[in-house]
Amino acid sequence: MPILEVKNIARSFGGLKAVDRVSFSVEGGQIKAIIGPNGAGKTTLFNLIAGILEPHGGEVFFKGESIYGLPPHKIAQKGIFRTFQNVQLFSRMTVLENILVGHHRKMQASFFHAAFGVPALHREEKRAVKKVTAIAEMLNLTKHLHIQTSQLDFGTQRLVELARALAGEPELLLLDEPAAGLNIHETSQLASFIRQIRTSGITIVLIEHDMSLVMDVSDEIVVLSYGKKIAEGIPSEIQKNPEVIAVYLGNENA
Amino acid sequence: MNIGRRIHLLALCIFIIAIQLLAEMSGSRYILTQLTMTGYYTLVVLGLCLLMGYAGQVSLGHAAFFALGGYLTALFSSSHLDQLFTHENISILRKAGIITHHPEINNALCLAPIVSLGIVLFFTLILALIIGIPLLRLKGHYLSMATLGFGIIVHRIFLGTKIFGEADGIANVAPFRIFGFFAVGGDASHRIANFYFAWFLVLCAIIILRNIINSRVGRALRAIHDSEEAASAMGVDVGKYKLIVFAISALFAAIGGFFMTHYNTGIGPSEAGIMKSVRYVAIVAVGGMANLWGCLIMGTVLNFFSLRGFFGSYDDAVFGALLIGIMIWAPDGLFTKEFSHKFRHFVEKIRCQFSK
Ligand SMILES: Nc1ncnc2c1ncn2[C@@H]1O[C@H](COP(=O)(O)OP(=O)(O)O)[C@@H](O)[C@H]1O
Ligand SMILES: [Mg+2]
Repeated sequence: MPILEVKNIARSFGGLKAVDRVSFSVEGGQIKAIIGPNGAGKTTLFNLIAGILEPHGGEVFFKGESIYGLPPHKIAQKGIFRTFQNVQLFSRMTVLENILVGHHRKMQASFFHAAFGVPALHREEKRAVKKVTAIAEMLNLTKHLHIQTSQLDFGTQRLVELARALAGEPELLLLDEPAAGLNIHETSQLASFIRQIRTSGITIVLIEHDMSLVMDVSDEIVVLSYGKKIAEGIPSEIQKNPEVIAVYLGNENA
Repeated sequence: MNIGRRIHLLALCIFIIAIQLLAEMSGSRYILTQLTMTGYYTLVVLGLCLLMGYAGQVSLGHAAFFALGGYLTALFSSSHLDQLFTHENISILRKAGIITHHPEINNALCLAPIVSLGIVLFFTLILALIIGIPLLRLKGHYLSMATLGFGIIVHRIFLGTKIFGEADGIANVAPFRIFGFFAVGGDASHRIANFYFAWFLVLCAIIILRNIINSRVGRALRAIHDSEEAASAMGVDVGKYKLIVFAISALFAAIGGFFMTHYNTGIGPSEAGIMKSVRYVAIVAVGGMANLWGCLIMGTVLNFFSLRGFFGSYDDAVFGALLIGIMIWAPDGLFTKEFSHKFRHFVEKIRCQFSK
């Protein structure tokens, strides 16, 4: 059974069909890339899966269970975490605090617990900080832990967003253009992080424009154009697909 | 870090004691009355600080919750209920301690204060949830407008309802007796104890809020303030959190109003007025929104000055002006590096002008 199954999902804005009856499925442990020109509907597709946008038809199954139309926090609580194309960190909080918010669903402290400072709370907090610090270490963020995220450079901010999503211990990770705005060095570092994350057992769906990154890390690729899926397959097939070349890759990639 | 936080609390305790001793030694015991009232107003400010500063929801209706706490207990703890209780139906209630005689108000029968407190808390919670569920779907200015509307309605209800005394409010409210020997009320021999009681509540409020802020839920609140979309994508139930914080801040306000009314032995409709709500918002803004200690300091200072009549007949105008000023010159409050820079710069400039 695939971990994620997307069936005929659709969403329009006014008369514009941003996502038009798209279907695909993702096997557990896979890295699946979604590519396509700007405005193809890739981000809209993520927003539909993550519950941010109200769907206009279709179905989404996560581990066999229908999740379509659930609010975003419910979807996160089920184990689907995401990053945003336009980085959305909590700017007035430190890196550590940001990542701890990602760990929210793995903690239990309620308002009542917190208000009266029950001892179990301190233990839980300590455990969480330890876990989160380990994630930060893996992504080379240790030295930034106590800095406000608004003071970080863009590349580091993207990594903090990744760390925050990982802190939720997701089974499925949706990455929306994680390499946008990164330099070559940062991009290759990101590629190795993505492979490392996959090795730890997390399934990844990746929206990305950087073709060398996509070809490098992904097992399968879905191509969108004007809201429609125009191709799906392994990287070597996609690279040769004449329609994909025509609408997206262009001649130099052929 | 932990010790640092404890030091703040210790400093607050020492400060409270020092103020009382100072008042005693300088023979100005009477200021303890205003300081006690200041404590109760500060409870509202602190609750609002959590709602506005940490969760980012501006309520212009919090005076309504303060008044609600006050009016309800005034109703239950004055002679209003006397006619209701005929001798047959009350003997059980009296035995259970739910109804008591109050020698202070002609032996009238009223609800026992602690029962009244329970009802006030319960009713406030229900009301906060009822109005919070639809209102908190609104964002930014719309939420402020809606809470403003709520505040106006509550104000007009208290002002226009006979049982709430219309423009006169409710007077002759019985004291709130605790442990038999101490009463929150107008008895001057309990003035010092009342001062300590009010500030003990403030201290508890600070501890509770500080604990909340430095926890998982506090982080979630600040996350909501920065980006609701990202917070919900991390599994934070944004609607639920906002609602809980709204309810907590409403409860703080109602508790303030409850004890204030017993202390003053009455309450009037001005406590529910819009200008009171604006005042609370102004104080939180001056205190620095997400700054518990800033809100505590400004809540204390400004409320005390106001109660002492420092601002004369311009009382409301002062708070309006404060709100405008703070939005223009120090939107993050007075206790920030930016503002202290600006302020020093300003003082330098003035000094240069004078030395010329
Ligand atoms: N919230 C929205 N309101 C209106 N139109 C939108 C909204 N989000 C996306 N669109 C439109 O839907 C189309 C697909 O956008 P998007 O999913 O962001 O594309 P991509 O991520 O592939 O670049 C675009 O034409 C965009 O203008
Ligand atoms: Mg996009």
